[in-house]
Amino acid sequence: MATVVDDVADAAAGHAAPAGGMPQLDVTNWPNQIFWLLVALVAIYLVLTRVALPRIGAVLAERRSTITNDLLAAEELKQKALDAEKAYNAALAKAREDAAKIVAEAKASIQADLDAATAKADAEIAARSAESERRIAEIRDNALASVTEVAKDTTGALVAALGGQADQAAVETAVAERMKG
Amino acid sequence: MATEAAGGSGFAIHPMDQFIVRPLFGDGPIQWYTVTNVTLWLALAVVCVVLVMVFGTSRRAIIPSRSQSVAEMIYGFVHNMVEEVTGHEGVKYFPYVMTVFLFILFANLLGLIPMSFTTTSSLAVTITLALLVFFGITILGLVRKGPAFLAMFWVTSAPLALRPILAVIEVISYFVRPVSHSIRLAGNLMAGHAVIKVFAGFASMAILSPIAVGAVTAIYGLELLVAVVQAYVFTILTCVYLKDAVGDAHH
Repeated sequence: MATVVDDVADAAAGHAAPAGGMPQLDVTNWPNQIFWLLVALVAIYLVLTRVALPRIGAVLAERRSTITNDLLAAEELKQKALDAEKAYNAALAKAREDAAKIVAEAKASIQADLDAATAKADAEIAARSAESERRIAEIRDNALASVTEVAKDTTGALVAALGGQADQAAVETAVAERMKG
Repeated sequence: MATEAAGGSGFAIHPMDQFIVRPLFGDGPIQWYTVTNVTLWLALAVVCVVLVMVFGTSRRAIIPSRSQSVAEMIYGFVHNMVEEVTGHEGVKYFPYVMTVFLFILFANLLGLIPMSFTTTSSLAVTITLALLVFFGITILGLVRKGPAFLAMFWVTSAPLALRPILAVIEVISYFVRPVSHSIRLAGNLMAGHAVIKVFAGFASMAILSPIAVGAVTAIYGLELLVAVVQAYVFTILTCVYLKDAVGDAHH
């Protein structure tokens, strides 16, 4: 430290102001420093209070309110989204219900058509089979009559061939007897 | 200022030369109004404050630019400090605390520019700053609280017998405040800058120069920290003292 002081003393000798030791302790220039310091402090104080601090304070307040508003808006939008989802789900459920109803209706109408068609087909089948039966019976009757006829003729012919006199009535009775048998 | 450690004359390190006040123009005696290197660096500190706090925020953007963020961070930092230390009552005096903080911060940082004059290493400057705080707070406390302000010295939480002794200690510590407040700042700045200068002087010796340059670099980093921390310390102490004048809590 002593050497430093010496150095300073040497330096002081070379320069104008200091009275020795630390230049800070040279009180002759203190009024000057204090005056200019006060000027600087007043300048900073005025700049801060007139311009900078109100401006920054306003910006910060504005930002805070913007953030608050945005959060509120976001909350609102979220609520809206939830409502929309609810509505969507309701609509979806309703659509499903409607679809089920339409499917059921379609099924029922198809079933009805089917039933009608079946009934109609059944009726037709019944009619046709009745007709067929009738014709079969007719054919059978005809065939039976023909057989009777043939049998009578044959019997007559056989009787004639055997040299008998065919009694028409007796032959018919006999054939009828046989046919029953 | 200049390290005149010329090789020819051996070591002629003048670490304190940087603190000499000189007239900026001419070579006359220093009157109170003379424009000196102190004036220049005080003015530059003011310019820096204006640049950061006014031009940096000129766009008033909701989403801040970088410069605006810096100004807002300083604002928020000091504002929180004032509010937390002194309470809501102290927020009224936030502009003054902000002035002190910004001035000391930028004076300290500007002082780190080589060849500059560190205004906050000057005792005249720091004593003025400390006395402004001291007298301001004393007057403020007496005006706001009247005689109740003096109750601060009467420690009611202590046993009755100890109170007079504590009162004497409290009064002494109260009046020592501006001394410690100012010398802490000036001492820190002056010591650091002088040490840098001494090491820089050693750099003229070829063998020592790598070590000296490394040491200067390291100390410069340390001084950067000191510059900011001392601005913070001065400001928070101002807030603590302000609390005595405006706060409700007695201690």
